[in-house]
Amino acid sequence: MIDVKNLHKAFGSGAKKVAAVDGVGFTARDGEITGLLGPNGAGKTTTLRCLYTLMQPDSGQILVDGIDAATDPVAVRRSLGVLPDARGLYKRLTARENIDYFARLHGIETQTLHLRREALVDALEMRDILDRRTEGFSQGQRVKTAIARALVHDPKNVILDEPTNGLDVMATRAMRAFLKRLKGEGRCVLFSSHIMQEVAALCDRIVVIARGRVIADESPDALRAQTGEANLEDAFVKLIGTDEGLAA
Amino acid sequence: MNSAITVFLKEIRENLRDKRTVVNTLVTGPLMAPLIFVLLINTMVTRELSKAEKPLSLPVVGAQFAPNLIAALKQNNVDIKPAPTDAEQAVRDQDADLVLRIDADFAKAWDKGEPAQIEIVHDASQQDARGSVERLRKLLDAYAQRNGALRLLARGLSPTILKPLAVADRDQSTPQSRAGLMFAMLPYFFILGGFIGGMALAIDTTAGERERQSLEPLLANPVSRWKILGGKLAATTAFAITTVLLSILAFAAVGHFLPTEKIGIALTLGPRFVLATLFVMLPLAALLGSLQTLVAAFAKSYREAQTYLSLLMLVPIVPTLLLSVMPVKTQLWMYAVPLMGQQVAILRLMRGDAVSDSALALCFACTAAAALLFGTAAAFIYRSERLAISA
Repeated sequence: MIDVKNLHKAFGSGAKKVAAVDGVGFTARDGEITGLLGPNGAGKTTTLRCLYTLMQPDSGQILVDGIDAATDPVAVRRSLGVLPDARGLYKRLTARENIDYFARLHGIETQTLHLRREALVDALEMRDILDRRTEGFSQGQRVKTAIARALVHDPKNVILDEPTNGLDVMATRAMRAFLKRLKGEGRCVLFSSHIMQEVAALCDRIVVIARGRVIADESPDALRAQTGEANLEDAFVKLIGTDEGLAA
Repeated sequence: MNSAITVFLKEIRENLRDKRTVVNTLVTGPLMAPLIFVLLINTMVTRELSKAEKPLSLPVVGAQFAPNLIAALKQNNVDIKPAPTDAEQAVRDQDADLVLRIDADFAKAWDKGEPAQIEIVHDASQQDARGSVERLRKLLDAYAQRNGALRLLARGLSPTILKPLAVADRDQSTPQSRAGLMFAMLPYFFILGGFIGGMALAIDTTAGERERQSLEPLLANPVSRWKILGGKLAATTAFAITTVLLSILAFAAVGHFLPTEKIGIALTLGPRFVLATLFVMLPLAALLGSLQTLVAAFAKSYREAQTYLSLLMLVPIVPTLLLSVMPVKTQLWMYAVPLMGQQVAILRLMRGDAVSDSALALCFACTAAAALLFGTAAAFIYRSERLAISA
């Protein structure tokens, strides 16, 4: 479970100071998929970066399974599986070596590592690329490897920043199925997206962010009811008050 | 600590798969310096040797005014050449190393027993000509003394009357110390070797990792940043020290084939040289590694890091230049200054001079302390938020 309370984060200083996140708060529950929806530059990535403690919020509180990110960032990172915006694989290492590297950094024993890796390789259908160097991987193969790498320590909470970015239709469908599978395993899944259909198809709960603020935090149905729009995309546009930066 | 080792092993493995890095650190870096050195020394030695044996080619203006002097020079292996039209111009244009000019009144002055005028036209800034000028001056001095002695004898005086002092040279330089002077650049090559060896990794593990966007996922792992940095620094240092080790070994091997005995100098490149050099270079490799990492972590991109590090490469040459311009007596404090300590220690070791174990230990300790300082500074930079953000 991920609990975010009144998060603030600004960049720059003086007159040029820009509040990227300006009082974001929401809860992502176990066994649910929570979607962080918002136009480009709304503060999604910054919020997530604060969550996996890459950045320190100026104020506000983050609790992951009850652990405060400010007091014990290492424990928070241990209970998170993170697919950041930057996928960055090691090109000169094989997919297997990429996965094993992160597993070792998590301190996983060789035997456990073997079992986990095999399970992920099957779930992500990536056996054929496992022993190839990741240089020259397709976007889909890269995302698969990055996800396997992020989940090898069997985290209770999974954070994915725009997981379907750059994927083709087939890979996107596979990704959605995989997210549902994670949910079925009782994990807390939090992902960001700017794509309506994706959020509509997957989420139990939608947190709409615009200009660094949460402007809605509802189930898809409640969202439709609240705005009076039958179509979720229209509801979204109505919520953020502009269709600027809304790319499908 | 385990995570630092994991990072270390991964960096080593990944960089061993990069052909360019491997060739640079394990082949080009360590071998280039000794090879350049061998070439340099060989040309120097052969030039010195051939110069001493070859006839001295000497254009003379006014040779007809002093036939006896010319005959005496010819007997001493001097090849008299016709005069150039303008002696000064010929020397300035390096058409001639030197020109001898004999005054038209030479014979008149000689016969009267007055000093007869001759001039050596040369360019003192021309290293190449210095040996020839020296040789000619000795020949002329000998000729003058011989004739002076004859004149005294003709007047019934003993020639020794003009020699109130008998000066004899007792050169205290040993063959090793003369080699040291020649090899003053060598420590710089070792230091440069370490620099080149660590450079690729210092960039790859910081600016490179950020540019490839793999730093952000890496930092999302439950490992504190100083451990990650520790592993990276250790990998950089390992590559640097490998380059240095190969460099030293290559030099110790190649040194035996240098024709140094022909110019009467000897090098001490035994096991003590190898081990002691490695000992003082070990903390320096760590120091350079952390310095490179620190600089590369500041850089925004791979390219920027490369530019910064190329500039940084000029820093180790400073003590080398200082010591060669101002050859001061070696003092204990010098061992305490990183870079200078290594320079002094390696030079003395190579010359076969005594370097006490405590001096070596001082050098090691002070450089290690500096390495620790820069490592901590790098760790501090590593804590910054800006560092991880790729885009």
